[in-house]
Amino acid sequence: MTSQPRKIFAISELCTACRSCEIACAVAHSRSASLIGAILEVPLPRYRIEVQAGSTLNLPLNCRHCDEPECLFACKAGAVSKDEATGQVRVDLEKCVGCWMCVMICPYGAVIPDALIGKAAKCDLCENRAEGPACVTSCLTGALFYGTEEEFEEYRNTRPLLKQLKAHR
Amino acid sequence: MSQHPISSDPATVKAHQHAREQNLTTVWERHEAVKPICAFGDLGLCCTICYMGPCRIDPFSAEEIRGACGAGRDTISARNFTRAVAAGTAAHSDHARGICHTLIETGQGKAQGYRVMDLDKLKRVADEHGLKTADVSFADLAVRLGQRLLENFGQSEGSVSFLKRAPKGQQERWERAGVLPRAIDREVVECLHRTHEGVDAEYRSLILQAVRCALADGWGGSMIATELQDVIFGSPRPIRSRVNLGILKKDQVNVVVHGHEPVLSEMLGVAAREPQMLEYARSKGAEGINLSGICCTANEILMRQGFPVAGNFLQQELAISTGAIEMMVVDVQCVMPGLQQMASHFHTKLITTSDKARIPGIEHVPFNEHEALDCARSILKNAADNFVRRNQASVDIPEEVMDLVAGFTAENTFHHLGGTFRSTYRPLNDAIMSGRLRGVVGVVGCNNVRVQHDYNHKTLVEELLRNDVLVVETGCAAIACAKEGWMRPEAAREIAGKGLQEICEVVGIPPVLHMGSCVDNSRILIACTEMVREGGIGEDLSQLPVAAAAVEAMSEKAVAIGLYAVASGITTFFSPAPRVLGSPAVYEYLTQGIEKDFGAHWVFEADPHEVARGIIAHLDQKRTALKLEPMKYQQPLARTA
Repeated sequence: MTSQPRKIFAISELCTACRSCEIACAVAHSRSASLIGAILEVPLPRYRIEVQAGSTLNLPLNCRHCDEPECLFACKAGAVSKDEATGQVRVDLEKCVGCWMCVMICPYGAVIPDALIGKAAKCDLCENRAEGPACVTSCLTGALFYGTEEEFEEYRNTRPLLKQLKAHR
Repeated sequence: MSQHPISSDPATVKAHQHAREQNLTTVWERHEAVKPICAFGDLGLCCTICYMGPCRIDPFSAEEIRGACGAGRDTISARNFTRAVAAGTAAHSDHARGICHTLIETGQGKAQGYRVMDLDKLKRVADEHGLKTADVSFADLAVRLGQRLLENFGQSEGSVSFLKRAPKGQQERWERAGVLPRAIDREVVECLHRTHEGVDAEYRSLILQAVRCALADGWGGSMIATELQDVIFGSPRPIRSRVNLGILKKDQVNVVVHGHEPVLSEMLGVAAREPQMLEYARSKGAEGINLSGICCTANEILMRQGFPVAGNFLQQELAISTGAIEMMVVDVQCVMPGLQQMASHFHTKLITTSDKARIPGIEHVPFNEHEALDCARSILKNAADNFVRRNQASVDIPEEVMDLVAGFTAENTFHHLGGTFRSTYRPLNDAIMSGRLRGVVGVVGCNNVRVQHDYNHKTLVEELLRNDVLVVETGCAAIACAKEGWMRPEAAREIAGKGLQEICEVVGIPPVLHMGSCVDNSRILIACTEMVREGGIGEDLSQLPVAAAAVEAMSEKAVAIGLYAVASGITTFFSPAPRVLGSPAVYEYLTQGIEKDFGAHWVFEADPHEVARGIIAHLDQKRTALKLEPMKYQQPLARTA
């Protein structure tokens, strides 16, 4: 059996839209890698996960690392690639020309036009971070999870309060 | 120094391990459980003031984000900062108000067991306030001084009375900036009013009000508390004692006082030495009564009566987890509600005594000054009764214990320097001018679970001592360094630079001077003022080669102290930083712009080695400006980590 790719999953019922994930993402993608340093950087680091807060639903949105990534097909510069082994969709910033085609075509709105550097910014699963994705480790309510789909199902089923929360909403 | 993640104090590490083995939860585990710390709050960018919000300003947004009311990041963080200062000032000053009442009731003969111990100081402070001291009984004078100082809280005219003690130059600066505090309560109220939704939105105007409030703490509430505590309980004199968890005794009734106000603990001190109380403890199978303290109550009974110190802020729960404490008596400030959960696993009785502070699930024994001594006796009896319930087999007291000398004040320290017959600051100023001492630095403040316990205090102080800096300390910082042994006179030989060593040996003082509790930071203001008055090292506090540091700051009181130190002309190194880092404008003002207004600034630096380097550079810069002689014994600059 081929191993399932590991992705970041969200449980919308547990999301309080506190936006801790956004901050942690920006810090993780800053040069100084510290909160205090990051807020003083020029240009400011961009977060690549955005919390959509609605009246009935909160949802942190980031790159889904799609099986058939629209952004990959749309990129005229050939900057987007999909890693067949890990399932990860990457943007090569060297090649990115900032045409924003990926931004427009992404059905999740998960590619962010980083106007300050003129390149597309998106979730890189914090590849080089030992503790795993910063958004996941920063989430206070356990609404974010990093793992395979199977692992996520198991995780989801063991969350306390989830049933009550669902009924409540 | 130990690299254990939670503490650099071996007794704390051991006690914590022991607590974990028993599956007990402490501040460290709770802190892990609430992580990650909210970044908006940490940066001061979360506004919870009105009920349209909470509004949070995204620090990574390229556009300018504002709260619902239109308040931007500068307004929001300045308001948060101002409220912290107001709370800190309120804490110190409410404590002082209580002491004023105690003095009045002592004079009226209504406070059982108390008497005015320092008649000289009573007369001196009364004179200073223009009260007639001739042909007046001390009892009447006590009443009138108490009443006069109480006026500082609510007077509708004039300004806080001890401000006149400050050097002229600084008073003029305050007047120019329009920050002379009028009345203590008024400044706290005005901070709350201005930070209410839709009032003051200009960050500088808010911070100047915070300054006015902080001055009402340092030269108001805190100073009143210190002075009147000296009057009632006696001014401290150098006194030997012991510190750390190892002072708890396996064969005695251990009673620990914790909190801040010395009013009850002083009486517990009296009762604990009464023969009939000791007899009662023996009748319960104990060898005696061992009274000790934690946090600033510890510092108070240490300074005046020489009772030992069980530990500082982060050791409060661990003291109970030794299983050896019969009774912990708490009042106000820095008392963790978590004590209740810890005490519930042991025979330890925890009681709250202040009307202002209760803890769910804890017995409240209201303390009544009119029957203070009876109240103290009954608490000790209760503790002795509890001794028989102790499970001696499970008692685990870390053996660490250290000697110390405490009890230094602005008045008596330099008795030492000048000798009994010519009490003067001249020798101190001379030592600085001749380059034996680089300067004097106050290392004060709390413990903070975000920082390895005691590590910053000890790392910083060690480097200062090696570089011929005389260190004065209060609060939990003082307890940290006492545990390390730096409050023994012999420590000078072991650790101090050559110049500091010479001074300590000639005068017979330890290289780190314990000046008391956190309200006693006012003693440091007075000591600095005396240095100016003595002459030769600057016309104003801002010119002196001095600095302050709070490198494990935790409470709002610490923020108020930091601000009054800066506003008094003493540059202050502070970490973790107060919640202003999210506003570039507020940050810039506090770390630079404020220098123009008050002659000093804040430095927010987390690495204690960097703090040491910064302080040494700061002292050297002041020395150069004063054209003082070069340091007599050149020390290598602060070592790197």
